[in-house]
Formats: sequence, structure tokens, C-alpha cells
Amino acid sequence: MSAAPKFTPQFAPAPRDPARSFQDMILTLHDFWSHEAGCVILQPYDMRMGAGTFHTATTLRALGPEPWNAAFVQPCRRPTDGRYGENPNRLQHYYQYQVILKPSPSDIQELYLKSLAAIGIDPLAHDIRFVEDDWESPTLGAWGLGWEVWCDGMEVTQFTYFQQMGGFDCKPVAGELTYGLERLAMYIQGVDNVYDLAFNSSGVSYGDVFLENERQMSKWNFEVANTDALFDLFAKAEAECRNALSAGVPIAAYEQAVEASHVFNLLQARGVISVQERASYMARVRDLARSSCEAYAEKMTPGWQAKYPGWVL
Amino acid sequence: MADFLLELRCEEIPARMQPKAKEDLARLFADALAKAGLTAGSVEAFATPRRLALIAKDLPLATEAVSEETKGPKVGAPPQALDGFLRKVGLTAEQLVERDGVYFAVVEKPGRDTAAVLSETIPAIIRAFPWPKSMRWGAASLSTESLRWVRPLSGIIALLDDAVVPCEIDGIVSGRTTMGHRFHHSGPVEIADAAAYIESLRAAHVIVHFSERCRLIREGAERAAAEAGLTLVADEGLVIENAGLTEWPVPLLGRFDEAFLDVPPEVIQLTARVNQKYFVCEDGAGKLANAFVCTANIEPNNASVVVDGNRKVLAARLSDARFFWQQDLKTPLAVHAEKLSRITFHEKLGTVADKVERVRKLALWLVEAEIVKPVEDSPQVKTTLYNNVQSAAAFCKADLVTEMVGEFPELQGLMGGYYAAKEGLPVEVAEAIRDHYKPVGQGDDVPTAPVTVAVSLADKLDTLTRFFLIDEAPTGSKDPFALRRAAIAVIALILGNGLRFRLEGALLAAVSDDLDEFEQVWHGHTDKKLANFFADRLKVQQREAGVRHDLIDAVFALGGEDDLVRLLARVHALQAFVGTEDGVNLLAGYKRAANILKKEGYEGPSGAPDPAVLASLKEGNDDIPDTGEEDPLAMVDDPDLAGILAAEARRSPSGLSYTPEPAEQALIEALAAAAPRAAEAVEAERFADAMAALASLRSAVDRFFEEVTVNAPEAEKRQARLALLAAFRDAVHRVADFSRIEG
Repeated sequence: MSAAPKFTPQFAPAPRDPARSFQDMILTLHDFWSHEAGCVILQPYDMRMGAGTFHTATTLRALGPEPWNAAFVQPCRRPTDGRYGENPNRLQHYYQYQVILKPSPSDIQELYLKSLAAIGIDPLAHDIRFVEDDWESPTLGAWGLGWEVWCDGMEVTQFTYFQQMGGFDCKPVAGELTYGLERLAMYIQGVDNVYDLAFNSSGVSYGDVFLENERQMSKWNFEVANTDALFDLFAKAEAECRNALSAGVPIAAYEQAVEASHVFNLLQARGVISVQERASYMARVRDLARSSCEAYAEKMTPGWQAKYPGWVL
Repeated sequence: MADFLLELRCEEIPARMQPKAKEDLARLFADALAKAGLTAGSVEAFATPRRLALIAKDLPLATEAVSEETKGPKVGAPPQALDGFLRKVGLTAEQLVERDGVYFAVVEKPGRDTAAVLSETIPAIIRAFPWPKSMRWGAASLSTESLRWVRPLSGIIALLDDAVVPCEIDGIVSGRTTMGHRFHHSGPVEIADAAAYIESLRAAHVIVHFSERCRLIREGAERAAAEAGLTLVADEGLVIENAGLTEWPVPLLGRFDEAFLDVPPEVIQLTARVNQKYFVCEDGAGKLANAFVCTANIEPNNASVVVDGNRKVLAARLSDARFFWQQDLKTPLAVHAEKLSRITFHEKLGTVADKVERVRKLALWLVEAEIVKPVEDSPQVKTTLYNNVQSAAAFCKADLVTEMVGEFPELQGLMGGYYAAKEGLPVEVAEAIRDHYKPVGQGDDVPTAPVTVAVSLADKLDTLTRFFLIDEAPTGSKDPFALRRAAIAVIALILGNGLRFRLEGALLAAVSDDLDEFEQVWHGHTDKKLANFFADRLKVQQREAGVRHDLIDAVFALGGEDDLVRLLARVHALQAFVGTEDGVNLLAGYKRAANILKKEGYEGPSGAPDPAVLASLKEGNDDIPDTGEEDPLAMVDDPDLAGILAAEARRSPSGLSYTPEPAEQALIEALAAAAPRAAEAVEAERFADAMAALASLRSAVDRFFEEVTVNAPEAEKRQARLALLAAFRDAVHRVADFSRIEG
């Protein structure tokens, strides 16, 4: 008598299909950077922000002498880019894939090109070019030199060697790669409308996931958001940032700076900030972000110096 | 003799930096060689996106031996001085050479191997390289002292003939290997020597010569267009940029949706050019075609894949552009113009709407003052001109708030013109909106349509006066508001259209609304500063036409002349005159007279009068009535009048108390005939006649200096002759200030 069939939990992951699935493309990039560069694979920062660069894994970790390799997806909020789900390319919420490698490895370009090959871009079938594009974020007191990477004339990645962050020289320099995931996927999947992207291999499209969000959030960003409440939020974030700074918890202060930055973007989308006021708001956000970065760097410096004698901020 | 190859390989160098980097490398290398006493037969530099390289041919294998002599202390100087010197040069007292009581140290320096010199030179060149922007990278950047380069430097080839010149910088060691094309070649490329460099890389799919890549792109793009039955729109800037983006350029032609051709062709071309670096094409009729040429850096295994990718990107860009175009057309220019009140023109000069209002008033004033005239002198035509100027000026900046100009600022004006035409505004208005920024720089077309001239001139005059009023005149190399260009444009508009008016009048009209500002212009001498500024610009602007700057000065120095058309006519006549023998001699006579007057204390016409002349004036002058009560010469104390009175006195050196010498008499007579003729001719703007009148003085002046002693022993004679010379000088000054003329 044969033994009763025994339940054996088994899982053999299906091969990834980055050319036909948005999420497989992301998972492939995770596999790649985890395996090839020893990156920590982080989850998105749980705050609304305008770019992956705002993630503390990028801004704050770009400071100091310690090596740091990380990769993550960061949802980006660009309230003024919302088009109520009616534009095939423009979204008020989209994904960036960000890789930060500190210090920048000497084969970083080769690694990057290999990652493109991994998600299905053959450099002999597609024209890949590195076109000068320097990056600067006055808000973060940061700048770097690098390129936008073109694939058949389309910008698919921003590639930057950070030179300064928070007003401090990067010592050492970090290499930052920011992939525009939707664009890349549209290219690889050969679709002209972002909502037609296959999100996975089981028939779920990008539109199934996000179209309604885009409609509602565009309406809220442009028409609904209570501007008094937003002004209030801005003031509160600013105050809280100062509070956190004076308490010596710069990471918390930095979060409030990120919050203020996003609230400012919402106010912009609502069209309630005049040209004259705009500059002053931007200066306020910049001041918060820079103060937080400075406080963070200063707080960390003794520890960094203990590990790296002779290193100075 | 040996040939040397240097290659500095790095990650992609920005295209715009490559041409200059190539030159800098050649220059730095040649300088370093010269410093070491070496000369190459030839030096040629190369740039591709991933390398800077240089080949120096026919280098000597070693530098020449030299003997260096160092001067030491005097013989008999204190022993400490001698000891110090010996220590410095590393010799003993016996080895010094004595000459003329001074010790010299002579050190023989043997020749050095060129390879050794190069080993030192290469790192020095790398460290000193003048990149416009450079960066740090990698683990070494833990210190800010680490090597800087335009992008990470990854390899150095240094070969003298077939031998590696050893050198090292920040851990990068020289060798003989490089990399070929990023995708068409894998693995290192070994270079035997300088002679093999170009071809070894060609075999690895890298075209080293920048000019060869340019040629491949230019010809390839032309051919691709021709094969499609089209003509490429030539664009050398794009050729160079694409040559800086490719090591193996492959131009490919693609098509975009014909429906996009609704959008103005300039927009399509700009979208393709600026955003994508694509060429555009025209059909047989010279119309923009729905085709583009992109330049790939690979020979793709399937060209249509690459072309199709590029087409999609362009299509997305063009649909944005078409969206902007359609959005903009939904709003009339008048409504766009209202939004200008939200844009600051300059913090001290209000909004763009404020500027537009000023421009509108000034443009209308130019028509009312008949400075800008209608093409036909009828009341109806004049009314039409007035109305057209009114709307063109009101809408000239409206496109600044349109989506399209927001995206492509360089389309300002052009888009306004399109929108005006689409809106059904008169064609003169649309053209004036389109062209009112013109002329932009020298060589640009100068508008001639009256509406355009009025708006363009008003726009620039407003900019100039306003920035001068807030003390933002250009200084040195700083001209943030491009005022020099604006002034050159004003001059070009005036001269190109023969506009007759006093600049001062127009500049005051530009601020006439506001009395305070008027005062500021008047008393703050902004007008003088502006006049001088214009004089300088005129000199620059006329230099190309071969007009002498000193002659412009000579006419400007007369003061009060700011009708540029008249001024330039006078300058032209003057230039013709001083080129003749009469002119040369008259100038010599003038200078002689002016020197004597200066030496004898005679001052310029506006200076303090000579006391002797005043004395003679006191005795018998019928120009100033004597009322008995007031001393008429009290007026002489008025500095403004003194010069006039003195000049009056000089102008009539009659009633001589002695018999003049024949040559003296001849000059008196010649002057009496010529001076009024010259003055009259100037008045009537017959400048050639004025010059002819002056020319008639030449023989009398020459003879006077030959035969008459100015500095006669008798005070009376001396004074009279000085007065005569002063009268001659003044007559000449009625035409131009000859003291400003060089030569």
C-alpha cells in the first residue's frame, strides 16, 4: 500500500519575463543589482516625494565616507504633471528605479549596460548613447556630472556622479542611476500608451492598477485640495523640521523637509503661489533640506572619523 | 627621431567640449615640449566621445645638453654669502668661475631622454587640463585632492615609437592597450605604435578623426535624404554635435506622421534639433518634409528597429508641440497679453505688461513725430499705420506666456506672428510681432516695414533708457541685459531705414510720462552717458563697413549731433576728404595751428577766452549793447557765455592796426570766403561741399605758415595772427573736430 501523498510545500519561481511584464522588469533589476553589486534592496520610502533622490538612502547616505550600495523603486509624485489619465506619457505618480553605488565603481557603466541587457535591451539592436546632462538640485544643495542615457533617442536613465550633497563635497563620490521605469517598459513592451503596459504576466495592465488613481488624484491635485489646509501643512512641516533639528534628530527633520517640499508642489499645482512668492517658498524648502543634511552630516561625523581617521566633512 | 602617441581614455566626454579639448591638448603638449627644449615635427590631436589623443611626429630622442650659469656674490663678499651660494648650487669654491669680479657657478646639464621628459609631462598635462567642468570619482575621491577629469579617466596610452613611456597618475598606469567601440568590439585593442593607432582603432569600429566623423555624418545624412527623394536641411552645428556623440556614426532616415506638418515648420525643426539632435529634410518645393535623420552610434542589425524607436520619441515630442500649438490657438493674443502683468520684466522696471505699455506709447510717438513714416503720404495710410503699430506693440510680447514659447523660448516673436496671423490680424501686424526682436546681432536682417520698425525701435529704446536709468549700463565684459546688442540694433534700424531724428528727443520721449524720471535723465546726464554709449556702438557697428572710428569721434565731439543718419553722412564726407591730398595737408595745417594756439594759451572754443581778446572786445563791440547801467561784460563771467563771446571776438579779426603781410591777407580773405560757405553747406547737409570749402583754405594756410611769423615781436601782430589761426580752427570745427583725427 502506497503512502498517502504528503504535502510538500515547494516553490520554483517562474523565469522572469521582463520584456512582457512591468513587475518582472523590476524584479529583474532587483536580482541584477543585488547579485552584481551587492546592493541592499530597499522598499520605497513611505512618504510622498518628487524623485528617488529624496529617499534617505540616496541623499543622506551619499554623505560620509562609508561604502553604500542600494537599489529600490521609489514612487514619484509630480502633481503638475497629472493629465487625468488622458495623456499616454504623463503621470502625476510614476516609478523610478534608483541605484546608488558609493564609492562609484570603475565598471559602473558596464554594470549599467549589463542591467539593460538583463531587461532585454540588446545594445547591437538599439542605439545606446551617453549624452551630457549635468544634474543639480538647489533644494538639496546637491550637484553632479553625468549623462542622460539614450536608447534609440529616448532618455531612459539619468546617470550622475554626485559631487556635492547638502552643500558638502561627496567624499567619496557616489554614482546614482535613475531609470524611468514606465518609459523603459513601454519601450521594451512596444506599447505607445503607458496604461497599456502589462503589469504582470497574468493579464493585469498598468491602467488596471493606476488609471483611476490618475483621474482622481489629478482632480484632487488641480481642483480639490484645500489650499488653506496645504498652507497650514507647509507651515507645520517647517516648524516640525525646526523642532526636530533643535532636538538633534536630523533624520526626522529631513522627513519634514521632504513633506514641505511635496506640499509646496501641491500648492503649485493648485496655482495659488504667485511667481514672486514661489522663489521665497523654494528658498524655505531649500533651507529646511540643507539644514537637515548639515545636521545629519555633523551628527554622524565623529562616528565616521572614528572609522576613517583623517576624514573630514 | 621618434613618433609619440598619447591617448587619454575616459567615459563619454560631452560633445560640446571635444573640439576645444583637442586644441587644449595639442597646445599644452607643445608648451611642455618647448619648456623642455624639444620640438616635434608635427603635433595632431584627436577627440572622440571616449578618448582624447595626440600624435607628435619627429621628436628628438633626447634634449640638447645645456650649460646653466648662475650668478653668485661679488669677489670679496662676506664669507657667509659665498657659503650660502655654494650650498645653493652644490659646488665647491674651486669650481666657481670668476668674471668681472663676480663669481659664477656653471652647471653642465646633460641632455635628457625624451621618454623621461614625457613621463613627467603627461601627468602634468592631465592635472593642468582646463576642462570647463571637471569631477572626482571612485574610491580615490575619499579625498577632495583626488584627480579631476571631465568624466572618470580610465586608461592612458603613451608610446614613443614602439616603447611604452612609463607614467602613472592616481593609480592609472600607462600602457599600450585601449578599448574599441563600446558595442562593436569587445576586449582590449593593442596599439603597436603611433603610426598604427588610427587604423587599429578603425578596425575596432572607432573613427578617431573628428573631421572624418563629421564628413561621414554630413554625407551620410545627405545621401539618406537624397535616397528618399528629399534634400537635407544643412546644419553644421548638428553635424559637429553628432560627431561628438558617436565613434562610428551611422545616419538613418525615418518618417514621422504627416499630420504633424500642421505645426509651424520652425517648431518641428527645433523640436527635432534641440531635443533629439535630428536633421530635417525638405521636399522638392523647399517645404519641410515629414522626415528626419538621426545619427546612430552603431550599425544596427536591424536599422528599422532603431529608426522606429527614434520615430516614436520624435512623435511624442511633436504631439507635445502640436498640443501646445492647439492650446495656444484657443486663446486670443489679447488674453495672453493680460497675463504679462504677472511676469516681472526686472524688479526695478515693473512687469512685462508695464514694458509693453511703454513700448506701445513710444512706438506711437515715433509715428506721430513722423520719425517712422507710412509708405505713402496719405491720411488714410497714416491712420492704418497708427492702428497697426498700436496693435502690434500691444501684442508683441503676448507669446511669452504661450505654452509653445514656454517650451521653446527661442521661438519668441515667431510664434506671436503665427498666432496673430491665425487670429486674422493684419499681415503687417503679424509680421511686426514676428520680427520686432530683429535685428539680433550684426548681420541679421534689418526690418524695413514701418510697423515693424516702429515697434522694434521702441522696444529697444525703452530697454536702453530704462536700464540706464536704473544704473545698469554695461561695464567691461558684463552686459547682462544685452544693451550693447540693443544699441547696435537701434543704430542698424536708424541707418537701414534712413530715419531722421535726434536720438536725444526719442530717448526723452521714452521717459516723457514721468517728470521725475525726465529730471533724472536730464540732470543725471543719463543722456550723455547714452550718447557716448551710442557713439561707441556706432564705431563698432561701422568698423566692418571700414568707417574710421576717429572720424566718428571727430564728428561726435562737436556735441549736439545725434541724428545718426546726418552724423554718418558727415563722417563719410570727412573720410573721403581726409583721404585726399588737400585733406591731408589741411589736417597738417590745422594741427599746426592748434599746436600754436595751445602753446600760446589759446583754449578751445568752449574754454575761457584769451584775456587779450576780451580786452579788444571791450573796446569796440557792437554785438552787445551798452546800456550804461550794466556792464555787458559781466556776462562774460557766465561760463556758458564766455566761450560764445570769445568765439565771436575771434571770428572778426578785422580792423587791424597794421598792414597785414600778403600771405596773412590771403588767409583772411580765404577764410572770409570759405567759413560761411562751409557753415552754410553743413547747415544744408551738403557735407561734400563743406569739405570742398575747407579744401579751398589749404593753399592759403600753407602759404601763411611759410611766409608769416605768428610769434611776431609786436604784441598786436601776434594777437591778431593768433586770432586768425583761431578763426581758421573754428571754421574747421564747424565741420568736424579735427583734433580727434589720427595721423
